[in-house]
Amino acid sequence: MGGTIFLVNFFTMGAAPVKIAVCIKRVPEMDGAFKIAASGTAVDETGLKWDISDFDGYAVEAALQMTEKLGAGEVHVISLGPDVVQETLRKALSMGCARATHLKCDVVPFDPFAIASALAAELQGGGYDLVMFGKMSIDSANGAVGLMVADLLGMPMVHGCSKLDIAAGAGTARREIEGGGELVRFSLPAVVSIDEGIARPRYPSLKGIMAAKKKPMDVKPAQLGPVRLTVQKMDLPAARAAGRILGEGAAVVPELVRLLQQEAKVI
Amino acid sequence: MSWALIPLTEEQRAIQQAARSFARAELAPHSVRWDRDASFDREVVGKLAALGFLGMMIPEEYDGQGLDTCTYLVALEEIAAVDASVAVLMSVHNSLPTQMILRWGSAEQKDRYLKGMARGELLGAFALSEPEAGSDAASLRAQATKDGDHYVLEGTKAWVSHGSMADVILCMARTDTPGERKGARGISTFILTPDMPGLHIGKKEDKMGLRGDPTVQLVLDGLRVPKANLLGEEGMGFVYAMQSLDNGRLGISAQAIGIARAALEHSVAYAAERKQFGKPIKEFQGVQFKLADMATRVTSSRALLYAAASAKDRGEPVTQFASMAKLQATETAMWVTTQAIQIFGGYGYVKEYPVERLFRDAKVTEIYEGTSEIQRIVIARELYARS
Ligand SMILES: Cc1cc2nc3c(=O)[nH]c(=O)nc-3n(C[C@H](O)[C@H](O)[C@H](O)COP(=O)(O)OP(=O)(O)OC[C@H]3O[C@@H](n4cnc5c(N)ncnc54)[C@H](O)[C@@H]3O)c2cc1C
Repeated sequence: MGGTIFLVNFFTMGAAPVKIAVCIKRVPEMDGAFKIAASGTAVDETGLKWDISDFDGYAVEAALQMTEKLGAGEVHVISLGPDVVQETLRKALSMGCARATHLKCDVVPFDPFAIASALAAELQGGGYDLVMFGKMSIDSANGAVGLMVADLLGMPMVHGCSKLDIAAGAGTARREIEGGGELVRFSLPAVVSIDEGIARPRYPSLKGIMAAKKKPMDVKPAQLGPVRLTVQKMDLPAARAAGRILGEGAAVVPELVRLLQQEAKVI
Repeated sequence: MSWALIPLTEEQRAIQQAARSFARAELAPHSVRWDRDASFDREVVGKLAALGFLGMMIPEEYDGQGLDTCTYLVALEEIAAVDASVAVLMSVHNSLPTQMILRWGSAEQKDRYLKGMARGELLGAFALSEPEAGSDAASLRAQATKDGDHYVLEGTKAWVSHGSMADVILCMARTDTPGERKGARGISTFILTPDMPGLHIGKKEDKMGLRGDPTVQLVLDGLRVPKANLLGEEGMGFVYAMQSLDNGRLGISAQAIGIARAALEHSVAYAAERKQFGKPIKEFQGVQFKLADMATRVTSSRALLYAAASAKDRGEPVTQFASMAKLQATETAMWVTTQAIQIFGGYGYVKEYPVERLFRDAKVTEIYEGTSEIQRIVIARELYARS
């Protein structure tokens, strides 16, 4: 990790301030009870509470911490969707991001490529050193948009970073993989997606919330790509079957063992 | 749900959300332990401070957030819905000592105390009550006697919320003399700090509820207070205290509504899960009627509170409305938490489920910052003052 420290020092010795874009999605809070809408292909949104998708929140926090550590730079947030996403963007602004872009469309398409096309069109030529995503959105869980954006922009992509550092022209990241971790190095500009464990998102302070009102929010029509993927049907998980009581005391243990072996096949 | 009645601004919604997620993540995991052990983590003060919750109504020039009363109450309800002990700390600090220094403090006092309090580095407390002077606070006995550049204070203050953790205590004491008693006009307010010689923390009360916020006696034993720490004018202390209690009562209303709302939410969820006679108990009309009455009282308490707070933000006199809001909200909290226990049945009576604590926490709201009887007296007095 000594190399990383060297790079940070080198960076603060005179490179231009870093510019980071974080793409965030507004999703329902997961602790609510879900129902399927009359269409049968979407979640019924009535009464749901909404917030920044968990992994996207980690990405915002990681981006802010990087610019704070470097002592320079700006974090921009981008979200695609109907007008309500502005509330989510405002939250990121209240955490400390400098400006927001709302890519407006009536519904967020399910096809990740349609979304990635619109984001890439916005990010192209934006002069970003780093484009950040959550590893996946916690509602549709495709985990594809960030990868597709990287491809559309022709940038290197590190998926699922649990640690991240950037410095003059390059970055390092750690990825958690089955049974261990790996340290990767990449050139900037780059796209990364963020895993949990990198940083706990800060709470917006009251000062932050008030300052957010005055920060710029650009609204542009989303240039969605073609939608070639749609949801046909949604199901709720099957209700759990009721348990069975065999009896009481040591006498029923042999029967219990028999059922666990032969019927449930768990032992 | 019932919030729809009061249209919040986008900023208020953001603050509500911030307070809610803070309370859920930083307070909820500890509330049961704080209640059980009657302990409180000083770190929480730092966390509230970092987010700005301890200087909400202090203007920015004194390092506060410069928000209005309504916005403050929105945040306070969210904290109270999770932990009423943290809420009373937030309410007392924001409504009483800080507002008193803001309104009547000298420039030097504001510089020295208010800024630190608004940043949440200095925690404020309010010492009016005494063992023998509760509802009849004007009969308090703590005596301040002039001695050169100082006042020397003797006496015992009672029931001081977080008095043992406070850095700045606004204390009411008599400045009239035994030979010439002046009643309510014989009381002054002093700014005390724990480093002053002669200030001792006395008995810590072992309370039924609100156990996370220590309530203590303060013993003033020849306590020497520099004259510079007299607040405003000598003889005006009781007036200052009473005028501040208008703010305080709005805060306690929000605390009570938070407690009641939590009890309602738990009851709604439990009634949908608990099955008897082959169906969820929410299917029984007897249970539905309880839930309907609980929701109606919570919503009407909140509507009255925000009407009163808006009047205050417009600069109108609100003594009567603050008393009405407090009376209604706190009696609602007690009633709703009682119904909640009934809905939970035996499970409502044990500490494993959350409504037992809410019930204990609710009771004190009908007592402090003026009992329900005192609120009725204030309300009735105003009726005749107008005729
Ligand atoms: C947890 C807790 C925290 C507190 N925190 C603070 C604090 O931070 N600072 C502070 O100064 N004080 C604080 N108090 C004190 C609180 O404000 C008093 O307890 C309250 O004012 C009532 O006074 P008392 O307890 O002496 O009751 P009493 O005044 O003795 O009242 C006993 C009963 O008589 C009734 N009563 C009294 N007078 C009348 C009347 N004229 N007409 C009809 N009924 C009447 C009362 O309503 C009550 O029902 C706190 C109290 C508690 C329990």
